[in-house]
Amino acid sequence: MADDRRGDPAGATPPSRELLSAADVTRTIARIAHQIIEKTAGVEGVVLIGIPTRGTVLAARLAAAIAEFEGSAPPVGSVDPTLYRDDLRRRPARALEDTAVPDTGVDDALVVLVDDVLMSGRTVRAALDALSEHGRPRAVQLAVLVDRGHRELPIRADYVGKNVPTARDEQILVLLSEIDGSDGVRLRRAGADA
Amino acid sequence: MKHLLSVSDLDAAAATGVLDTADRLKQALLGREVRKLPTLRGRTVITMFYEDSTRTRVSFEIAGKWMSADTVNVSAKGSSVSKGESLRDTSLTLSAMGADCVIVRHPASGAAHRLAGWVDRDHATTGTHTSVVNAGDGTHEHPTQALLDAATLRDRLGGIAGRRIGIVGDVLHSRVARSNVLLLATLGADVVLVAPPTLLPTGVEEWPCRVAAELDAELPALDAVMMLRVQAERMHGSFFPSAREYAIGYGLSADRAALLPDHAVVLHPGPMVRGMEIAPSVADSPSAAILAQVSNGVHVRMAVLYHLLAGAPE
Amino acid sequence: MSDLLISNARPYGGDAVDLLVRDGVVTEIGRGLDAPDGVEVLDAGGHVLLPGFVDLHTHLREPGGEESEDVATGSAAAALGGYTAVFAMPNTDPVADTAVVVEHVRRRGEEVGLVDVHPVGAVTVGLEGVKMAELGTMARSRAQVRMFSDDGRCVHDPLVMRRALEYASALEVVIAQHAEDHRLTAGAQAHEGVVASRLGLAGWPATAEETIVARDCALAREAGAALHVCHVSSARTIDVLRAAKAAGVRVSAEVTPHHLLLTDAALTSYDPVHKVNPPLRTGADTRAMREALAEGVIDVVATDHAPHAAQYKDTEWAAARPGMLGLQTALSVVVHTMLEPGLLDWRGVARVLSERPAEIAGLPDQGRPIAEGEPANFALVDPDGAWTVRGAKLASRAANTPYEGMRLPATVVATVLRGRITTTQGEVRS
Repeated sequence: MADDRRGDPAGATPPSRELLSAADVTRTIARIAHQIIEKTAGVEGVVLIGIPTRGTVLAARLAAAIAEFEGSAPPVGSVDPTLYRDDLRRRPARALEDTAVPDTGVDDALVVLVDDVLMSGRTVRAALDALSEHGRPRAVQLAVLVDRGHRELPIRADYVGKNVPTARDEQILVLLSEIDGSDGVRLRRAGADA
Repeated sequence: MKHLLSVSDLDAAAATGVLDTADRLKQALLGREVRKLPTLRGRTVITMFYEDSTRTRVSFEIAGKWMSADTVNVSAKGSSVSKGESLRDTSLTLSAMGADCVIVRHPASGAAHRLAGWVDRDHATTGTHTSVVNAGDGTHEHPTQALLDAATLRDRLGGIAGRRIGIVGDVLHSRVARSNVLLLATLGADVVLVAPPTLLPTGVEEWPCRVAAELDAELPALDAVMMLRVQAERMHGSFFPSAREYAIGYGLSADRAALLPDHAVVLHPGPMVRGMEIAPSVADSPSAAILAQVSNGVHVRMAVLYHLLAGAPE
Repeated sequence: MSDLLISNARPYGGDAVDLLVRDGVVTEIGRGLDAPDGVEVLDAGGHVLLPGFVDLHTHLREPGGEESEDVATGSAAAALGGYTAVFAMPNTDPVADTAVVVEHVRRRGEEVGLVDVHPVGAVTVGLEGVKMAELGTMARSRAQVRMFSDDGRCVHDPLVMRRALEYASALEVVIAQHAEDHRLTAGAQAHEGVVASRLGLAGWPATAEETIVARDCALAREAGAALHVCHVSSARTIDVLRAAKAAGVRVSAEVTPHHLLLTDAALTSYDPVHKVNPPLRTGADTRAMREALAEGVIDVVATDHAPHAAQYKDTEWAAARPGMLGLQTALSVVVHTMLEPGLLDWRGVARVLSERPAEIAGLPDQGRPIAEGEPANFALVDPDGAWTVRGAKLASRAANTPYEGMRLPATVVATVLRGRITTTQGEVRS
């Protein structure tokens, strides 16, 4: 789960507003893939690391899109930041997610961390700590599908699918077909029933 | 989860949750040079062992250290315990010193339950919410051993539900057997106990398992067989005539191991009496998961500490 | 001083009457009696009047165990529970195996003066089961010991038991046996059964009681001696007792209140307040105890009142001492388990708590009928006085009641010893 204040989108049929349609999501992922290729000069030495669970799915989609344009896919993995979070003691112990670093490792790689929503930046901070335990990348970049603002740490994304100004108590629902059955991004207003 | 005293504290979902966490922790540490997670930084974990058990104590200690907890080992020898201090006073003292977790091994059944009761009752006075982990109490339970056995079986068999698992030997005096029968049954396994009648407790017929007398008849249908330790002191208590006769009836010889299906796993909680309980060739064969049990033990105990200590106190 | 008018009391739950007591003896029973000048009136308020209770099995802990109980606190607990006589078990420190010790206990009882304290003498020196103690000297001492027991331990050696029974038969005293074959109960911590197997507590098999009772009945028959079986706990022991009684053996038996009410299901908390010897058994056993008590195969209820200071109970199960308080809760438990289900009426309650125990121990002045010319030893019981048990509020020095927080029926509102009020409304009168 990428951000504290986002609800569980699975099976949600809430009174919510569509921000991105399924087609928008596909287009946005393709755009980010192009940006990564451009900015990393042909994805040489790039490793995509998703932040579970939807960041991992997005990382796989990005890799597939890159393969389509470049002919080969960069290695994909995932790193669960939970064990490195600074807010563990504020809630009951939570379930851990997948950590799978590609066999090639991350030493001297250009790691692109991938998540669905960027908000406070605390998850990314924890993910950076977790990542550093697995090696020393040449550089780390960040790709997110949605940046909704409200940063609490000096962290910014290198690749942003869509910037969405939100109120703190609103929720961003990212739906991905691998998990949720269909693609889309929706904004749920405060007080809406779950 | 506040304490882990018995596997009956865990329903199937909670037990699976612990096993899943153990798998994730193993993943998170895989291939790393520095096996250290910051998760329990600043938490104090005390192991208090009133019986010698290097294996279990070290496993808990490593689990705590890999999670960055401060681990302190108290042994009954050389502490105020040997000066006649009661278990209650010792545990409250440790709680008042700020122990977030006390891991206790004690020869009396129910000692961990009592300890949890005392630290809960007096937490306002000690100022600490102390979690208690039962690391083996008398002939009652050893929940983390059952969890690590379940983790090992899940690894090797791909699951536990519907698998048939034999537990062989001194069930009467075995806390490992009690915890395993309960946990494996909770997870949907079909458990069979095989032992001479003198080493089965009165009342075993109410346990969630079957009891069989003939080991050879059970072996071909088992997915796993767990050989229990026969404690040396039992050999002189007329529970069975001789080590030789025990080995003939209940030891896992090479011939007997050959009756197991190819995929079957052989477990032993250790320390093993080679020859009597298990033939050396069987203990060292690929079907034996005895060392996997040991390494899974660390991850399972990390998972238990994670569930007890990482989140907000209950 | 021991003159008293008890007004509006219902003997055995029958019609209300007044009773005039002079010099500790009932002189007149009738309606509308007037108190002579200077005679205190006890308004019984229509409550049930029973003969004062007699407990054949109490641990007063004095000498040597005063951190848990002494004769004064134990006597107070007894009087508050409706008792006018108790038998104090000899497993003290020093053991009550000589005339000196039993006379000391007897004298302490008289000094306190709330109940008749009858010391029980040890059968063997030091309770060690080897050498017979001086039964005759104790019987003829000022303490007039009528009952001997190694309670807490079984007189295990059949030859020692045989000789003790034979010797006792000439003294016309009774041997009370703690029936436990310790070879079968080595390390035992709980009733051998489903609960103990699950909790990993070594089992105390019912056969360890049954076999000793069977053996002792055979020995008592041969010796023509009186045998009393302490704290029967197992249903199968009852079959042995029934057969022995039918065969004319002079055997009597007691059951404790806790074996009438509690089962080993209580053990799952591992709180040693439930640890007792013999152990709490199953629901089938408690049912069998109640039926046997109603039938008379079990003669009496005896408390096995066993106070233990907190340090002996606030431990892990195996380290805790066995035993539980019983004197102040016995009547309530008997009402709850026997009277309320209709297994006994008030006359039956009087029989099992007072008359039969006095008879077994050969007390001439206790357990007598409520009648003119009889000693005025009474327990006045409010059958509707349900109460909640709080260990800290009981008179015993220790608080190890297994009924903590339980709501039980019937309250002892007054106790009278030879015409003197020893307790009223839950307060001891000194």
